[in-house]
Amino acid sequence: MLDKNGIARRIAQEVRDGWYVNLGIGIPTLVANHIQEGMEVEFQSENGILGMGPFPIEGSEDADLINAGKQTITAMPGAVYFDSATSFAMIRGRHVQLTVLGAMEVSANGDIANWKIPGKMVKGMGGAMDLVASADNIVVAMMHTNRAGESKLLPTCSLPLTGVGCVKRVVTNLAVLDIKDGAFHLVERAPGVSVQEIIDATAGELVVPSDVPEMTL
Amino acid sequence: MSISKLVSGVEEACSGVEDGMTLMLGGFGLCGIPENCIEQLVKLEVKDVTCISNNAGVDGFGLGKLLSGHQIRKMISSYVGENDEFERQMLSGELEVDLIPQGSLAERCRAGGAGIPAFYTPAGYGTEVAEGKEVREFDGKPHILESALTADFAFVKAWKGDAAGNLIFKATARNFNPMMAMAGKITIAEVEELVPLGELDPNEIHTPGIFVQRIFQGKSFEKRIEQRTVRPFNSPS
Repeated sequence: MLDKNGIARRIAQEVRDGWYVNLGIGIPTLVANHIQEGMEVEFQSENGILGMGPFPIEGSEDADLINAGKQTITAMPGAVYFDSATSFAMIRGRHVQLTVLGAMEVSANGDIANWKIPGKMVKGMGGAMDLVASADNIVVAMMHTNRAGESKLLPTCSLPLTGVGCVKRVVTNLAVLDIKDGAFHLVERAPGVSVQEIIDATAGELVVPSDVPEMTL
Repeated sequence: MSISKLVSGVEEACSGVEDGMTLMLGGFGLCGIPENCIEQLVKLEVKDVTCISNNAGVDGFGLGKLLSGHQIRKMISSYVGENDEFERQMLSGELEVDLIPQGSLAERCRAGGAGIPAFYTPAGYGTEVAEGKEVREFDGKPHILESALTADFAFVKAWKGDAAGNLIFKATARNFNPMMAMAGKITIAEVEELVPLGELDPNEIHTPGIFVQRIFQGKSFEKRIEQRTVRPFNSPS
């Protein structure tokens, strides 16, 4: 079974040389720590930076330089700042090759819910709806089950949707799964996790091929 | 001869703001917010305003100050998660809230300033954001019609500016400020550094002065950091 950093490490393998990548808040942010050495990748943060670098050295924080999670960051050589309309032109216009974001629920037809729990949590969708509506390549990073042990991979989402039919791949603490033809397709198992454990933790229709390799991390 | 937008200070800049008006406020979180004008709106005690702003500040700072004085009737935002008072007023029904996708918010402001009444976007299709909105397919993909936003007053914060109203923003403090400057009937810019005419390189101006009606040198910017994240000295990058 993977921890959050393990999920991030597996997702980092999805990143290709020369890609612009938008990382959401939470587990997705950790992906930046696991990019293969020597690969040319630029991180976009939707509040207005391309070429986001690591957190600043203590004492050099700049209130004017933050990421979409409102954390202080740095800019890499070659970075650029822009306004929010330009930022979402990059996103909607499909100039960003990969979007990684978290989710509360994902359905077998690729719907995602990650912004609202009616009556409990109403913080807003931020940029998530724009991101999922346009990106060709959306990878969801999340735990396979919620705190109550219930599956987050469902036949249909029960929470208000963020986007419909948009998620192509899900990486959880248990598995890598692709979404196609209205079903989850098991691609890889996390180290030490059996196919049966994944079947038990997946509520939506799951297609299991005869051979399911273990992830190589 | 350039047209001067210079006013004496925040009091003159904010004159004419009245109860019930629609106000735009630049910023992302607490980054790039018009601190001086927010302070002045608190002093003016304007009530029942509609605020268009990506976020709603935090308790006691930024728009949180207007919220604690119950000055806001309606918020139009994309994310409001850092403010307990906001949540309380929303759940009790005191505060009307319209949550819209961040990219749609930015483009609706831009459209409002650019004379485009509405546009189609894929963002929000199939979600509650699409309720009551026209749907149209382009290249086989459904889009929803989003309308432009304008405001009686837009409050923006820039790094440098001149008397002609030209503005340059710093780093990610730019965010919504340029689009909101375009969408305000009266746009007020508070700047960290008011520089003499001719000092800003015309090649490097972000917001042309035509979009700004009043500009002033802001005072004592607090520039509060919401999430201070650092790595220790000597750590690898």
